[in-house]
Amino acid sequence: MLVHNRKAKWAVWAVFLLLFLPLFALPLLVVLGASFATHWSGVLPSGLTTANYRAATRGEALQALTTSLVTAVTASLFALAVGTWAALAAAALKKRHRRILDALFVLPVAVPSVVVGLSVLVAFSQPPILLNGTRWIVILAHTVLVTAFAYQSVSAALVRLDPAYEQAAASLGAPPAYVLWRVRLPLLLPSLTAAAGLCFALSMGELSATMMLYPPDWTPLPVLIYAATDRGALFIGSAVAVVLMAATLIALFAVSRVRTKASYR
Amino acid sequence: MAEAVQNARAVRGWSRSSPRPFGALLWALPPIAALALFFLYPLALVVQQSFQPDTGGTSFQPYADVFASEAFRHALWTTVWLALASTAGCLVLGFLLALVIAFVPFPGAKAVARFIDVYLSFPSFLITLALLFIYGTTGIIGSFQFLTTPWGVLLAEVTYFTPFVMRPLLAAFSQLDTAQLEAASSLGARAPRIIRQVILPEALPALAAGGSLVLVLCLNEFGIVLFTGAKGVTTLPMLVYSKAILESDYPGACVVAVVNVLISVGLYGLYRVVSRRAGA
Repeated sequence: MLVHNRKAKWAVWAVFLLLFLPLFALPLLVVLGASFATHWSGVLPSGLTTANYRAATRGEALQALTTSLVTAVTASLFALAVGTWAALAAAALKKRHRRILDALFVLPVAVPSVVVGLSVLVAFSQPPILLNGTRWIVILAHTVLVTAFAYQSVSAALVRLDPAYEQAAASLGAPPAYVLWRVRLPLLLPSLTAAAGLCFALSMGELSATMMLYPPDWTPLPVLIYAATDRGALFIGSAVAVVLMAATLIALFAVSRVRTKASYR
Repeated sequence: MAEAVQNARAVRGWSRSSPRPFGALLWALPPIAALALFFLYPLALVVQQSFQPDTGGTSFQPYADVFASEAFRHALWTTVWLALASTAGCLVLGFLLALVIAFVPFPGAKAVARFIDVYLSFPSFLITLALLFIYGTTGIIGSFQFLTTPWGVLLAEVTYFTPFVMRPLLAAFSQLDTAQLEAASSLGARAPRIIRQVILPEALPALAAGGSLVLVLCLNEFGIVLFTGAKGVTTLPMLVYSKAILESDYPGACVVAVVNVLISVGLYGLYRVVSRRAGA
């Protein structure tokens, strides 16, 4: 549309590939390649092996994978519950009040996650609530961080929702709770699952807050990857990183399947 | 029939068009209480602790100590210039790439757009991990200490955050009427002029929104800096971590955290105002 000359078009595409491939595709390919190697000093990795994956799917690494999955699922469910409740409550408020609630619930995006980690650590290492040293402090910090994203995507979906359905249901005599359960939530289901996928992915990759407060017996995958690279085991670290990416992708794919099923209702 | 509906409504109470303000506020209370307990109260404790030096009492001593230290001033400067430079890089690169995807489409452009969505769900430190292989001590390109300089962090941040600019841009471009481009081009305007006078004005809101989001995310970035393992590059989040976890200097860490929060929240507020004005 913009460029009509055939030669110029090819030139533009060549520049695009020259920028896009090295910047975005190369990092992922490098991590993938390194996860199968033992040395990398030339152009291509050498000493091909699958031993890295054997190390990345047993013992400490397997435990970290379960830790990450449990943390991400729990934090996403909590965040989805709180975020949806808050978004539904905000939609019923007057504009002035709604903006306050909006500002409050997106605040965790603006606050650095390291600071969220520090504040949770400071607050829950002292009475009345003692969580330091338990897995709950990690889950709590992740929930705080991802709730903002759940709130944002659900309230964006609520704005787009056609009010005619719930008005019709209410005019036929359905009580508010029934309208919510049988009309509004099913209509919101696609965005709810999308929000759940987003929360899950963010929680799986969360490193900053976790570094501030993880107890030794609750080490999520990103921390393990950092520990591996820090002691120089880059290749095993890459294999663990590939496991992390694969787990995230599988979960996102599963969630998108739910979405397509729901939209055929 | 209409009467019956009226009655039913009167009996059943409220619908969304006529909310009971008090009941609606009551329903908003539980999530606000949860947020207050798990987010606002901890933040307030951080502010409180930043005024309590280890020697006891309440004073501005931690602030005086931190502001006087060379490490803090250096970290503040590094954080700000890295964030500004990364944002500028992301804007230029993101604009160019989105332009090609939207207006010089090639087979597979859709797949590239989807790849960008997936890319956003990966953690940032993967980029640094990859750069360790390319530029690290035994890397592909050789063993010069590129990654331990701020330039390595800059490259990683531009790489990771450019998609955050591209996504709103692609959304804005998909709503742009291509007839405008055809008209401009049939009147004799060349590509650079069309970009400057037709596309850029339409893209400004999306650029502003994406750019300010990336600025805030860069100010708060921790994983990329941590993974370079560079002692020379210290940003504010890194300083919070090292003060709290490595040195156990909690009042100092809280002071740096307060400064970091003020900068980021201020900029994020600006971002919200800009993006609301722009309707994005």
